[in-house]
Amino acid sequence: MTPAPLLRVQGLCFLDWGPIDLDLDAAEVVAVSGSSGSGKSLLLRAIADLDPHRGTLELEGKGSEAFLPPAWRRRVGLVPAASEWWHDTVGSHFVDADAQWLEALGFSLEAMRWPVSRLSNGERQRLSLLRTLSVQPRVLLLDEPTASLDPDSVERVEQLVDAYRREHGAGVVWVSHDAAQRQRVASRSYVMSDRGLVAEVN
Amino acid sequence: MDAAKMIELTPLDLGIAAFLLVALAACSVILQLNLAQRLVIAAVRTTVQLLLIGFVLRWLFAVQHPGWVLGLGLVMVLLAGREVHARQRRRVQGIAGWFVGTGAMLVSSFVISIYALTMVIEAEPWYAARYAIPLLGILLGNTMNGISLGTDRLTSLCWQQRAAIEQRLLLGQGRDEALRDIRQESMRAGLIPIINAMAAAGIVSLPGTMTGQLLAGAAPLDAVRYQILIMFLIAAGTGFGTLLAVWQTGNLLFDERQRLRLDRLQGEG
Repeated sequence: MTPAPLLRVQGLCFLDWGPIDLDLDAAEVVAVSGSSGSGKSLLLRAIADLDPHRGTLELEGKGSEAFLPPAWRRRVGLVPAASEWWHDTVGSHFVDADAQWLEALGFSLEAMRWPVSRLSNGERQRLSLLRTLSVQPRVLLLDEPTASLDPDSVERVEQLVDAYRREHGAGVVWVSHDAAQRQRVASRSYVMSDRGLVAEVN
Repeated sequence: MDAAKMIELTPLDLGIAAFLLVALAACSVILQLNLAQRLVIAAVRTTVQLLLIGFVLRWLFAVQHPGWVLGLGLVMVLLAGREVHARQRRRVQGIAGWFVGTGAMLVSSFVISIYALTMVIEAEPWYAARYAIPLLGILLGNTMNGISLGTDRLTSLCWQQRAAIEQRLLLGQGRDEALRDIRQESMRAGLIPIINAMAAAGIVSLPGTMTGQLLAGAAPLDAVRYQILIMFLIAAGTGFGTLLAVWQTGNLLFDERQRLRLDRLQGEG
C-alpha cells in the first residue's frame, strides 16, 4: 500500500467549478496556470477551506473536517496575490520573525519595526510570504507570489521557497502566469480551464 | 422643602407652544426650505402618539395587572426590534438578523428593568405600571440606539475589511481573534452616546428624566438621584444589549468552518 500523499484533493467542487482532483507529495511543487477568471485563486481558497466547497481535502490521510479550521489553515498556508496588513507595524503581524529568511529576501530584522504604510508593493508581497512561512505550513499555496517583483527578487523568492520545501518537506501549489517560472520551480504543471484542472502538455 | 405642586397644562397652553411650530413652518415656506410638510406631520404624529400612549397608560395604571404590563412591554420590544432592523445599512439575511437585535434588546432591557424594579425602586407591587413602563421605555429607547449603532458598525466594517479578516483567518487565527478589533470598534460605537451623555450630564445639559421631575415639582436632589439611577441603568442596558448583539451578529457572519460569509448580508437599499 502506498503511503497517503501529503495533500489529497478529491472531487473538489466550489461554485460551478469542479470536480477537481490533485495529489501533492511532500517536497513537491505543482504549478497551476490559466487565464484570469479561470478560478485559480478560487481553487486555492477552497483548498485553504476559506470558501464553501464539496469533495474531500486530506492532509497526510486525515480529512480537513478532522482539523479545527484555524489548525487546517496553519498547515495549509495560502499566500494571496494581494496581501492585507491591519496593524501599524510589520512586526505585529508576525508570530516570530526568522532573521535568515528575512535576509534571504533582502530584509533585515529592522524591517519588523517598519510602518506598514511605507511598504512598496514588492515589499508587501515578499513580507507576506515570510509571514505565512513563519507559521510553518506543511503545504504552501502561492497565488502569483512574484507578480510585482523585479528579476532579482523573483530569484530570491524562488530560492527561499525551494529551501523551505526541502527543509520542511513541504508541498507547494504555485500559481504563475510565467511559463519559464513554471518550468523552473515545478515538477508538474496544470491548467485551469473549463471550470476544471487539467494536466499541462508541454 | 423646595418641592412644589405640579403646574397643569391646558390645551390652550399647548396651543401657544404649537404657535412656535406654525411660525417655523411659515418661515420654511417663505424661504422654500422644504421642511414645512415634514415638520407638521412630525408634530401631529407626536401629539397623536403621545395622547394615545397617555390613554393606554391611564388605563394600565388603573387595571394594575402584570399580564397587561408584560404585554405592553413585549409590544414595545417588537416595535424597537423593527426599528433596529430598519436602521441597518447591511443586515443579516433572514429571521436570524432580526432575532439577534430584538433578542438582545429583550434580554437586556427586561433583565435590567426587573433588577431595578425589584432591588432598587421596590414599588408595591414591583411590577406597578407607573414604574415598570417608563423604565422599560427609556431603557428600550437607549438600548435600541446602542444596538443599531453597534451592529451597523460591525456589518459595515466586516464588509469593508473582508480581505483583512480573511488574511487573518489564512494565518490561522480563529473567528473571534480575526474579529477582535472590529468587535471592539463596534462596541465603542454603540456605547459612545451614553458614555458622552454621562460625562456631560449636568454640565452641558440637564438630562430628560431630571428635567421632567423638576417641572413636575420634585426637589432638585430627589430629581438628581433618579437621574443618576436612570443613567446607570441605561449604561448597563445599552452595554449588555450591544455586547450581546455585536457578539452574536459577528458569529452569524461566519459558518461552522469559521469562514467569513458576507453572502449572508443583504445589501444597501
